[in-house]
Amino acid sequence: MHRVLGDRRAIMILLGPALLVYTLIMLVPTVWSLGYSFTKGNSIDGFTGNGLANFTRLFSDQAVHDALWFTVKYAVLVTVGQVIAGYLLALLYVFFLKKASALIRTLVFFPVVLPTVAVGLLFQKFFQVAPQTGPVNSLLNSFGLESIDFFGSAGSAFWVLVSMDIWRSMGFYAVLLFAGLVDIPDEVLESARLDGASGLRLIRHIVLPLSLPVLMSSLIFSINGTLKVFDSVVALTNGGPGTGTTPLTLYMFQTSFTYSEYGYGSTIALLLTVVCLLVSLAVYRVSRRDITEG
Amino acid sequence: MAIETALKPASPGHRRTRHQNRNSVRKAGGRLWIKIAVTFLLVIEVYPLIWMFLTSLKSNSDYLNNSTWSLPTTWEWGNYTEAWTTGNIGLYVQNSLLAVVPALALILLLGTAAGFALQIMVWKGRSLTLLVFLAGMMVPPQMILLPLFTVYFQAGLSGTLWPLILTYTGTGLPLTVFMMATYYRTVPRELFEAATLDGAGILRAFWTISVPMVRNALLTVGLVQFFFIWNDLLIALTFTNSQDLRTIQVGLLNFTGDFGATQYGPLFAAICINVFGTLVIYLFLNQKVMKGLTSGAVKG
Repeated sequence: MHRVLGDRRAIMILLGPALLVYTLIMLVPTVWSLGYSFTKGNSIDGFTGNGLANFTRLFSDQAVHDALWFTVKYAVLVTVGQVIAGYLLALLYVFFLKKASALIRTLVFFPVVLPTVAVGLLFQKFFQVAPQTGPVNSLLNSFGLESIDFFGSAGSAFWVLVSMDIWRSMGFYAVLLFAGLVDIPDEVLESARLDGASGLRLIRHIVLPLSLPVLMSSLIFSINGTLKVFDSVVALTNGGPGTGTTPLTLYMFQTSFTYSEYGYGSTIALLLTVVCLLVSLAVYRVSRRDITEG
Repeated sequence: MAIETALKPASPGHRRTRHQNRNSVRKAGGRLWIKIAVTFLLVIEVYPLIWMFLTSLKSNSDYLNNSTWSLPTTWEWGNYTEAWTTGNIGLYVQNSLLAVVPALALILLLGTAAGFALQIMVWKGRSLTLLVFLAGMMVPPQMILLPLFTVYFQAGLSGTLWPLILTYTGTGLPLTVFMMATYYRTVPRELFEAATLDGAGILRAFWTISVPMVRNALLTVGLVQFFFIWNDLLIALTFTNSQDLRTIQVGLLNFTGDFGATQYGPLFAAICINVFGTLVIYLFLNQKVMKGLTSGAVKG
């Protein structure tokens, strides 16, 4: 019966091209990049073996420590912010706006598809002090407060970055979590209401536990994306002031293409990959335990 | 409260009205609170975009000297032609299209065929192959840039848009293959067995029967991939080494340095042009876009 569907030649024709392109563009370079970690040089000057020098440098490089810390700090804050903001929006959609939520849902989702570069430049101008006082500082001024040079210090630039990325993606998590909330059967909510649960108690004891699985998958998805943050930083601050807002991805990019150190760049890329894998694994294990126990 | 009820045993009716009163007070308060929340939401979502659009129509002196809240004193539509021609945005949009369209076509064609082979065809090792594709979603793109850069350089492809097309195709495949395989799960295998009994080859059955059946999925996946590629900065920044090859994102990023540094109106016009492209697609297909992007996340 399955003879036609097991036709080897047809399988090769259908799968072959995709597998070939995928192997050449993704798999081979990944392994190749591992090899680069043990060399120094670049594609123009050629490569020479370098042993473990890149790795010892990686561990003692203050810039790597700073970039890694920045990446983790950013990823944790934005992930938590995105998912909480998204969850609050989803609750608003489901329990308060109900049928009327479609328009708001669509509107709040829109920034998700906007080019990050455009959003970055927009926020840069929105928060600027000079040459023109931007809307945020104008608002501060109208309350009698002094303008803040948001991009003058790493601390305030970081907060603009975090708010920008939460602004950009909360609509996405809202729709994702909305789908999870809509899946909660009406009977469950109804019977909980009859038992006297309402408002916050209903949300805390019934809705929250039931939406835990979709919250967890949002967290995993979000942390995976935020650890790889690049576009937002490049467009908003380009890592500055100084190297105050430089994540690993940008440090890797600068090392490789500004300073043409491909070997060391590959080592940083490897660190990034390992961090992503470890974090996903950790979140995955924690979420598994939570779901089975809860 | 306890004493009160103990002292005068209130009639059930009395108690109910009081309870209702409190409830309706809370409800009205709740509604107000929600109105404030929704208004705030609308303002922070929409105002930055309106502000951006209004600023794109201001002249330089208007931008520098007047309040940021004010409407343009004269509506400078010329900022858009300025950005498009002098600012090269026209060229950048053209480059983006030249890279995105072929990459998108390749991703959909190869991804659909592979999804079909992995889900409908029956062979040993297909779940392992799917896992291999899935692994690609875990790898940060930074991991593949440097070897690819070397290869493209040695193959003499730098200086063309091919590095972009190839890299976008490769990085777009994992999610596409996975999503297409998932969509094919809803198509019964027996359909193809029946079709091939009628004398059509399986390849023909793939093309004439299965592809029309998943055309909705193709649109969804196509939209998701379109936004990923169109909005990409990292890959475009890596492989476009000359100004003539810049995509819209790289061009816009450099716009601030080159020409927009002192030409604020055209700079905002350039940002607007970039945003309006996605806005137009979103206006018509927003439900599909939302469904596609979030389903990609759940499955990924």
